[in-house]
Amino acid sequence: MVETKIRVDHVSYWYSGNQALSDISLEVPARSVTVFFGPAGGGKTTLLRLINRLNAQLENTRMEGSILVDGEDIYAPTVSLPELRRRAGMVFALPLPLPGTIRQNVLYGPSLAGIRDRARLDGILYRSLVQAALWDEVKDRLDSPASGFSGGQQQRLCIARSLAVEPDILLLDEPTSGLDPISTAKVEQSLMELKEQYTIILVPHSVQQAARVADYAAFFLMGELVEQGSGEALFTRARDQRTEDYVTGRFG
Amino acid sequence: MRRSRRTLVALRSGPEWAIEAIIRVLGVSTIGLVALIFIFLLTEGLPAFFEIPLGNLLGIRWYPTSELYGTLPLLLGSVLITVVAMIIAFPLGVCTAVFIREIAPAWAREILKPMVEVLAGIPSVVLGFFGMVVLAPVVREGLGAPTGLTTFTGALVLAYMALPTIISVAEDALDAVPKSYRDAGLAMGATEWQTIWRVVLPAARSGILMALMLGMGRAIGETMAVMMVTGNAARMPVGLDALLRPVRTMTATIAAEMGEVASGSTHYHVLFAIALILFVLVFAITLASASVMFRRRERGGLR
Repeated sequence: MVETKIRVDHVSYWYSGNQALSDISLEVPARSVTVFFGPAGGGKTTLLRLINRLNAQLENTRMEGSILVDGEDIYAPTVSLPELRRRAGMVFALPLPLPGTIRQNVLYGPSLAGIRDRARLDGILYRSLVQAALWDEVKDRLDSPASGFSGGQQQRLCIARSLAVEPDILLLDEPTSGLDPISTAKVEQSLMELKEQYTIILVPHSVQQAARVADYAAFFLMGELVEQGSGEALFTRARDQRTEDYVTGRFG
Repeated sequence: MRRSRRTLVALRSGPEWAIEAIIRVLGVSTIGLVALIFIFLLTEGLPAFFEIPLGNLLGIRWYPTSELYGTLPLLLGSVLITVVAMIIAFPLGVCTAVFIREIAPAWAREILKPMVEVLAGIPSVVLGFFGMVVLAPVVREGLGAPTGLTTFTGALVLAYMALPTIISVAEDALDAVPKSYRDAGLAMGATEWQTIWRVVLPAARSGILMALMLGMGRAIGETMAVMMVTGNAARMPVGLDALLRPVRTMTATIAAEMGEVASGSTHYHVLFAIALILFVLVFAITLASASVMFRRRERGGLR
């Protein structure tokens, strides 16, 4: 039996009166890649952002249900947001290097967390960049501005930045939507290695990508969770006609 | 019915041509006017540099009646008062901008923003009057200055006047930082405050620098309020007590003395030379802020 890392329990969500998610329940297994896929506006990103409470600062929103990480309700009033977000790192659709060098970018999180020890920071820098499959390309230019690198390198830098705070969970929101196929392949390759240690949730930018990387998959349509299961099952023999139609490209 | 033959050659019809010509003339004449003002300043101000020795002109004593035209106290007076005003106004303005843009709830933002604009619309003579009757006694009694009309009083009023500029420019700079930067900061486990301090402010730094420059330009050119609250003694603002002593700025000197001098006299030319110095100073500040903006654009916005 696989270990459940994240349990989403009857979650509904409203943005200023519009329902974005309705009654979503699913389980995300530990140390594997789970994809949330479906057409735009389905609620994938919304659910992803709910898992590290990035929507907390938005006004006019309402949520029902609960989300548990390691059995702990992350919407409990005692939960520390920075702590939660260190545990669930997030990578966004556009590569977004912060102003500064490669080193500064990767070490932003650790230095915010108050780590000052030089040797330890160097260790984190090395480990994060290796895990994100970027070390070989940037090892001689660690103190160059991050803005001078290619989109694919910047996106892997963002992954390294998320890994630097030693999360358990990695949330990736269309991380390859702006990348060329070679860079995309590299990012996907590093995901395959990362899933040995991390629980990864990916919103893919295409059905093909979903099929390539998914251990588990959940199909979202108009704020509803239509179907979930192993990636293999969903992409080859979907039970729901809508999933079947979307996967085979009949709509979307 | 016969269709008229269409042609691709654009025929300039009468009104079209006239409107275009008017716009062109207006546009060029605006630039021309600025050039004319500069030429006027040059022709009236440059003779001063030939009529009196440079040593006198850059001396430390401003007594035009005794043929002593040392502009240094005036220049330093302007610089000192502007710098002190910025030391007060810049942190205050940036913090206000951060509050309005990042911390205040939407309804408070809607109230605060127009209030800042109203602040910018207060006539300087009103602020000068306020400085004279309210601030000056406080400075005299509270800080033990011999008179309430001091550099510090002037700097306070100037800081107040530069605040709206600094706030709105800094706020625009913060507004231009993509929301994704904030998300990225928060997603790394930063607190709201860490995100503002370590991510949003650095990303907006060129715009915030521009806010400082524009605020400075606003402060150094201000005349009326400064004239009313600084005491206008043309003494060298050196020493630790300079803040609590009267001072005289370049702008106040021109405004106070221009009406009294004989046109074409040496004194008259020197006043224009001061205006020229002021012009160059403001021009340099504007140029510096423009180059900051240009650099930002070159790097493709804030990305």
